Amino acid sequence: MNQNFFPEYKYISRAYIFIIFMMCLTGFGQMPIFKRYYIADIPGLGWLAQYYLTHYIHYIGAILLFVISGYCAAAYFFAGRHHFRLTRSAYIRVILLAAITVTGIFRVLKNLPDIVFSPNFTMFIDISHLIFMLIFLMAAAWFLFTKSGWLMEKARISEN
Amino acid sequence: MQKISRRSFLKAGLAAAGTVGISGLALPSSLRGADQTPLATLIDIRKCVGCEACVDACKEANADKFPQPQKPFPKMYPSRVKVSDWSDKKEVRNRLTPYTWVFIQSAEVVVDGEKQTLTFPRRCMHCQNPPCADLCPWGAARKLENGITLIHADICLGGQKCKAVCPWSIPEQQTGVGLYLDILPSLAGNGVMFKCDRCYNRLEKGSLPACIENCPENVQTIGPREEIVRQAHAIAKEIGGYIYGETENGGTNTLYVSPVPFETLNKAVEKGPGQPHFNKVGDSMAHADNLAKAMIIAPFAGLAAGAVRCYKAAKTIAASADKGAQEEK
Repeated sequence: MNQNFFPEYKYISRAYIFIIFMMCLTGFGQMPIFKRYYIADIPGLGWLAQYYLTHYIHYIGAILLFVISGYCAAAYFFAGRHHFRLTRSAYIRVILLAAITVTGIFRVLKNLPDIVFSPNFTMFIDISHLIFMLIFLMAAAWFLFTKSGWLMEKARISEN
Repeated sequence: MQKISRRSFLKAGLAAAGTVGISGLALPSSLRGADQTPLATLIDIRKCVGCEACVDACKEANADKFPQPQKPFPKMYPSRVKVSDWSDKKEVRNRLTPYTWVFIQSAEVVVDGEKQTLTFPRRCMHCQNPPCADLCPWGAARKLENGITLIHADICLGGQKCKAVCPWSIPEQQTGVGLYLDILPSLAGNGVMFKCDRCYNRLEKGSLPACIENCPENVQTIGPREEIVRQAHAIAKEIGGYIYGETENGGTNTLYVSPVPFETLNKAVEKGPGQPHFNKVGDSMAHADNLAKAMIIAPFAGLAAGAVRCYKAAKTIAASADKGAQEEK
């Protein structure tokens, strides 16, 4: 978003990228791969092989992502949408993030003591969460390559 | 299956407690998990004589679930990934293995001033909120509504995460079996994890788990968890004993009642790989459960912060517009 209009955008953008990076890292850390492939042996990365720790960090990342999403959604609907519109790549990212969020919420619910899902549904949410994340990562990499942002100024649209 | 008459079943005195002990009788639907009642088992340590009838019964009843690995095993990379092969050591009985889902642990302790050797079966604790099922990345480990924690052998890739997060390190790995052989056998996975499934298939048919049905000393009792906890407290009160599993790891569906403190038992038992401890265990998933509550508040907190931010910005813009208008006048 335009920095004059929304000066904290720069910081939120950095925080969002950092959180997504940590979510990916700790998400992949839920699979037993970092120790097997010596990544956890790299000094400073031993924590990646600690399943409970990576799980907590993943949860904390989800909380922060929810806060940022709520903040940005409010900023867009109350103010930003009068001057900006979401780009097509933004819609794709929002849909993928929503899919990751929904499957993630079901994973969190599954981990609560009194909630039991059927085995097939449990497997479906486990695997779909991973698949949506992989698609999101590929999409995010492509949009980074094509320099597709989230917002476009309405004035620029009318100029075009 | 050994048939026991209704009379002997009642004689066991377990029906009165609303639970089922040694019996070949068909289980009521509540015990089959048909009405989604979590079932628990109570192991009365006083009664166990260490005869290993439970071990034999488990091995016989679950023989078709035991791994039948394909050899030679695929070469795995990197070299730190070790083969875990128990197929030539199927008769090992002093610890848990992929072929021994229950074993008899012993402890030399002093009971009422007398030195005694206590024996007791050890197997999966079937936690109420099992970290193995919660944290399994594939959904291979799962909790069932009737209180069983189960590892699906056709889905498990043998990554050992369930063992790493289990407070008692219960699941045991066998290389050369399972889904990983069909995916990337050299690069991902390493077999299947095995552990007690509390004879879920027998329970579905209305039979008791094999270890319970075949115990000659009625060491184990199975029933709705509330009843089992009540029964454990009644025994503990009667003998001045101690309970393990009621609160461990947030509560388990395997409870022990002992005449000596579990700290004493824990010091006396042989511990190591495949030989679980009797330590006090906090709720492994408690932090995650608390963070889950914070997740409910988080988006609303963000929305509120964003709304306040926009309101203040609008107010500032309006104020500066007013000021500008006044200056123009």
